[in-house]
Amino acid sequence: MNYRFKTGQDLLELCYEHNLSIGEIALMREAQASNMSKEEVYNLMLESYKVMKESAQKGIITSEDSMGKLIGHNAKKMYDYYRMGESIASGMLSKAIAYSLAITEENSRMGKIVACPTAGACGVVPAVLNALEEDREIDEKKIVMALFNASAIGLIIATYASISGAEGGCQAEVGSASAMAASAVVELLGGSPRASLEGAAIALKNMLGLVCDPVAGLVEVPCSKRNAGGVGNAITAAEMALAGIESFVPFDQVVVTMGRVGKMLPSSLRETAQGGLAITKAAKEYTQRD
Amino acid sequence: MSNNLSLFDITGPIMIGPSSSHTAGACRLGYAARRILGEDVSSVIFHLYGSFKETLKGHGTDRALLGGILGFLPDDIRIRDSFQIADESGVMYAFIKEDEEEDHPNTVKIELIGKTGEKKIVKGQSVGGGNIRITQIDKTNLKIDGKYCTLVTRHWDRVGIVQEVTGILNKCNVNIAQMSLYREAVNDQAYMIIEADDPISKECLEAVQNVAKMQYAAVIDKLY
Repeated sequence: MNYRFKTGQDLLELCYEHNLSIGEIALMREAQASNMSKEEVYNLMLESYKVMKESAQKGIITSEDSMGKLIGHNAKKMYDYYRMGESIASGMLSKAIAYSLAITEENSRMGKIVACPTAGACGVVPAVLNALEEDREIDEKKIVMALFNASAIGLIIATYASISGAEGGCQAEVGSASAMAASAVVELLGGSPRASLEGAAIALKNMLGLVCDPVAGLVEVPCSKRNAGGVGNAITAAEMALAGIESFVPFDQVVVTMGRVGKMLPSSLRETAQGGLAITKAAKEYTQRD
Repeated sequence: MSNNLSLFDITGPIMIGPSSSHTAGACRLGYAARRILGEDVSSVIFHLYGSFKETLKGHGTDRALLGGILGFLPDDIRIRDSFQIADESGVMYAFIKEDEEEDHPNTVKIELIGKTGEKKIVKGQSVGGGNIRITQIDKTNLKIDGKYCTLVTRHWDRVGIVQEVTGILNKCNVNIAQMSLYREAVNDQAYMIIEADDPISKECLEAVQNVAKMQYAAVIDKLY
């Protein structure tokens, strides 16, 4: 039995042929490719998920400057606001936003995180999954399987487009992360493999063209809040996919498009801090301080 | 990206932030250099090229490189305090920003002196997602990516030496995944890079070190 897949279409065919979820196919693929047992591969992902949760929990109670001192105090504010129960978003979304800020702030103060798919976009997938786990009291095993689902989506994007801001802008980082999260959420809430890919396609479409323009080249502004934006996008896309809404452009074509758009972005908008928010008055004042 | 990606290249690595290339990759480069030296470091000079010059402070590239030299892996929280730990253990360090252009924007050349006086120059690149490539040891250009347990030797080029080394690995029950040979000229200084599926034990390494005309051998653990 061969569980290799390259495209989203391959992945769907494997799911329907074996009657397995995307997460299960991804787990089998990894075990096969790495020559490890299914348990070993599962345990590696479980370990990653535990680190993700620790980073979220640490981030919401810590109010400490980031390396560049641009962020570090927003997660706690957001979490306190969520706890007041007055947020306009549902409780789950509000909490996921707080977790996203928490994880990215941890990252920016040299805390321990899990790149997903990158360190710059590490606050989307874990925030959504952790908030959902708690909100719906979902078994941790199912969440770990959803992480396999998310990773499979990321793998396809990395193969046919890019997950690097320097290559494709932020659409390749937070865009990819939100596609991964959307697909994982659809699987967790009982959507079909096909619906997962619809969710991923919708999420990625919504982020097409997003530039990478970090102030002073730091992974702080706008990265942290953009991760939180990715959370909203992922949940919006998953919600549509679970309602049975399809993407007009299929997932595989959206992925290739994202890669193509990335190549068209000028280098000033691909992580070089030469354009976008990085050259605003506020950014220049910061860069020229001392 | 390559076709041999693992799902853990997507979800992963577990790392100290903030940047996979500028923090996690930098740490791995330092760690690999320390392993190539084969002993504890007494002093180190980092020559930084391209983006590494810019990300030194804001991405903690300096602390990550030094942390790697101290034997920390990218998920080791001690990276945050690597200056202090280096000072306490008497490791001297310096960072020099170089103006020359290199093939890859994230390049570092690491000059190491060990506790017994052994010297090594190791050059490498952080190629994205925390992945690295060692491109030079002393004067020899080569390629090590740390995806396998890797045996590096420096020896005098002579008939039969490759067979002796692979024979030792065979006895130690180590399967070779890939191997490459580099040399400066016939009967001159040469290198062997052997990537193995299995871990290479201390005893096995010692046996390789005792082969005739062997000058130096070191094992770099699987870095991922």
